[in-house]
Amino acid sequence: MSEIVLEMRGITKEFPGVKALDNVNLKVRSGEIHALVGENGAGKSTLMKVLSGVYPYGQYEGEIWFEQELCRFKDIRQSEERGIVIIHQELALSPYLSIAENIFLGHERARRKIIDWKQTYAEAQKLMERVGLDESPRTLVMNLGVGKQQLVEIAKALSKNVKLLILDEPTAALNEDDSQNLLRLLVELKKQGITSILISHKLNEIKSVADTITILRDGRTIETLDAAKDDVSEDRIIKGMVGRELTHRFPPRQAQIGDIRFEVRDWVVYHPQQPDRKVIDRVNLYVRSGEIVGIAGLMGSGRTELAMSLFGKSYGRNISGKILKDGKEIQVNNVQQAIRHGLAYVSEDRKTYGLNLIDNVVRNISMASLHNLSKRTVLDRKRESEEAERLRKAMKIKTPSLNQIVANLSGGNQQKVVLSKWVLTEPDVLILDEPTRGIDVGAKYEIYTIIHELAAAGKAIIVISSELQEVIGLSDRIYTMCEGRISGEVSGDELTSEGAEELQEKLMRLMTDTGGRNGANAS
Amino acid sequence: MQTLVNMFKNNLRQYGMVIALILITALFWFLTDGIILKPLNLTNLIAQNGFILVLAIGMVLVIITGNIDLSVGSIVAFVGAIAGVLIITHGVPIWVAVLVSLVVGALIGIWQGFWVAYMGIPSFIVTLAGMLIFRGLTLYLLGGQSLAPFPRSFQMIGNGFLPDIVDGSSVHVLTILLGIFFSILLIVLEYRKRKEGSHLQQEPVHFGWSLLRLALLIAVINWFAWILAMNKGVPIVLVIVLVLIIVYSFIMNNTVMGRHIYATGGNRKAADLSGIKTKKVVFWVFVNNGVLAALAGLMFASRLNSATPKAGDMLELDAIASVFIGGASMAGGVGTVVGAVVGGLVMGVMNNGMSLIGVGIDWQMAIKGLVLLAAVGFDVYNKNKAN
Ligand SMILES: Nc1ncnc2c1ncn2[C@@H]1O[C@H](COP(=O)(O)OP(=O)(O)OP(=O)(O)O)[C@@H](O)[C@H]1O
Ligand SMILES: [Mg+2]
Repeated sequence: MSEIVLEMRGITKEFPGVKALDNVNLKVRSGEIHALVGENGAGKSTLMKVLSGVYPYGQYEGEIWFEQELCRFKDIRQSEERGIVIIHQELALSPYLSIAENIFLGHERARRKIIDWKQTYAEAQKLMERVGLDESPRTLVMNLGVGKQQLVEIAKALSKNVKLLILDEPTAALNEDDSQNLLRLLVELKKQGITSILISHKLNEIKSVADTITILRDGRTIETLDAAKDDVSEDRIIKGMVGRELTHRFPPRQAQIGDIRFEVRDWVVYHPQQPDRKVIDRVNLYVRSGEIVGIAGLMGSGRTELAMSLFGKSYGRNISGKILKDGKEIQVNNVQQAIRHGLAYVSEDRKTYGLNLIDNVVRNISMASLHNLSKRTVLDRKRESEEAERLRKAMKIKTPSLNQIVANLSGGNQQKVVLSKWVLTEPDVLILDEPTRGIDVGAKYEIYTIIHELAAAGKAIIVISSELQEVIGLSDRIYTMCEGRISGEVSGDELTSEGAEELQEKLMRLMTDTGGRNGANAS
Repeated sequence: MQTLVNMFKNNLRQYGMVIALILITALFWFLTDGIILKPLNLTNLIAQNGFILVLAIGMVLVIITGNIDLSVGSIVAFVGAIAGVLIITHGVPIWVAVLVSLVVGALIGIWQGFWVAYMGIPSFIVTLAGMLIFRGLTLYLLGGQSLAPFPRSFQMIGNGFLPDIVDGSSVHVLTILLGIFFSILLIVLEYRKRKEGSHLQQEPVHFGWSLLRLALLIAVINWFAWILAMNKGVPIVLVIVLVLIIVYSFIMNNTVMGRHIYATGGNRKAADLSGIKTKKVVFWVFVNNGVLAALAGLMFASRLNSATPKAGDMLELDAIASVFIGGASMAGGVGTVVGAVVGGLVMGVMNNGMSLIGVGIDWQMAIKGLVLLAAVGFDVYNKNKAN
């Protein structure tokens, strides 16, 4: 077998009140794709931050050996010099700069401090070809989708002569196509001799590309599996991650479906900046009480735009159409009205739209329910903490205290905080946009259970997801969206009688059904 | 042991500015042979800096929402001019003039709040414009000259004292009683906080520590009351400032509005999507700041016993510096009323102390600048280390 290129020995890292890493060991062989998996808060991101010098030498215990040398990085720059490049969970590109400028940001192609644009663009072009990014190097990054931005990040890494590439949940925000692309690229880079460490909660991806899998749990290394020798089925990995067998990916459920609770008629939305571009085109849909309705659509199909425009017209302009609740038309012109009518929307982008990252857990949970938690505008802080504590237990949020700053929680636990915030508003209709993005299997199961409980309490639930498995596993009925229209509907019988493969294929077909037929389902 | 060190570190951060205030006071106590804490000077110190504290309280709210207000110095001058013209030139009754002044402050706040909140113009620009506009209007109103003197009753705002409840005592009895009253209030509050703390599921503050803190605080309060009592008692300015501290601390910590202000500054988009009317929040914070600036303007004019075109020059910078020394963040979402007041006291003690030892205005400015940089630098350094 090839040599060990990286060894991390006995790494321990503590934050106030949390031991994020406890004597972790990691060995990565040269030229492999090494997957790092574990539940939310297991310490994956922290371990990689230690490796790349985000947490400098002295702030952790243990040793890092890279290419047989003991490394004591003081900052990211030093680790990059050695060829270790990390691409963080949150992308770090400058939106107003071009692709080429972003690629060479920090190590510009210059002669005597003056930028050599010809060389910049030529080299950028070459790097872009290597990662399969088909754009002009002059394009501004803000005009690229997340998938392409990810490729820019990798091109940037390549420009630094990367030897070890670390990707922290690179596909969490990508659709299936872009994810596949990215994984193929990793395999391609592997052939060119670049080692990579891949963190992901999508186990099917891991199974398809990883050579070795290291499992972390509660800040400890549990085991390292070799794809060539060991059993690396998803069930096997899950067992390592959660410490027990998880036989079902979805909790069992007895749906109790009532009358129509929420209905949308002829919903039309125009683009906020381009007034004559229709983003949502005559959408009709309904959800019954106790029903979980999935909306499947590719990125850019208008799912999020639909959801946000429904939620107090938070997106778009020139919105027309009707919203009915329990058969009566309601006016939902702003978020306050939406909340008052019992609507809740859990955004797909928790950091931008969901959380006040610099505030603590309690205050984030109570943020949308302050009026209910107060008497004549004076807050009942005792009740506030009690409610927050109740939700912390119900959602199993892992945090040393309710006063922890949310920015310090792991991604999955942040998501649970956002969910808690909306559950606390006691909504009748919940729109969940990618509710399990970046969440581990165990926590997913918990969140599914919560969704089931909410449905059982008679709430109407809409789940938007780009993971077809999830839509199928959760929903009683599924709408597919394509180019701002509802392109199809799959309901009860079809969901249960058809095989998983066929069903996925069928949905995929509906989701990409761009033209011809009038997709809007009759109502 | 580890936890003890940690606790000390955390508390050091939290109380860093209080400790700095104590050190600075001690330094000037030493340099002035104790004059700085003599009854007469302490009373002066309060009267001279009361309006800065009022401005700092208004400013901290603005800064928490992620904005800034550069116009308050000019508002101070403008409102002083209006009060001067009304009272001195036209003989309008004091209470009418005071009311009009506060309304003018509110109108200015509405004007600036409208542009910032609803028109989306950066507050830096809007209030920079306001700084020029209101300074200009002041010059116009006063015709470039000072107006003086104000009637005695108006001078009371900035120079007066609470009357005593008993006559002919050598010390001011009411002041002593107030000291005791606040001590009891603190004990009750601390007790209630500890009880609530157990609901927050946090590791409770070490009992000994909170006892020590409480004891120190009570000692300082009563000592302070005693010193004031030996002079003429509690200045009206101090009453105004104390009321504002209590009211605004309560608003920021315990009301829906306060939470909305923090949430707006912390992440505006998330606040919007949580049903918080962030535009309205920003608007009202500016209106509030206009009113408080007007109040400071009245205090200033009353203290100086004149309305002058140069009044309040650069006061906005003192107020902003106080807020940042008090731990607020440029990016918004962070800051406290008490912090801003402590920051204001740091500035105040330095102003007063340096004047006492005869440091010229030139060096006063330079030193204050360095202290601002050092204070915020220390804070940033600490935060980086904690990560
Ligand atoms: N700056 C910090 N301050 C305090 N605690 C922190 C900080 N960063 C991380 N933690 C804690 O350390 C633990 C590990 O977090 P980490 O982000 O490494 O998890 P993760 O495995 O990447 O999870 P996820 O899959 O949700 O991203 C968590 O309990 C988290 O709350
Ligand atoms: Mg992570």
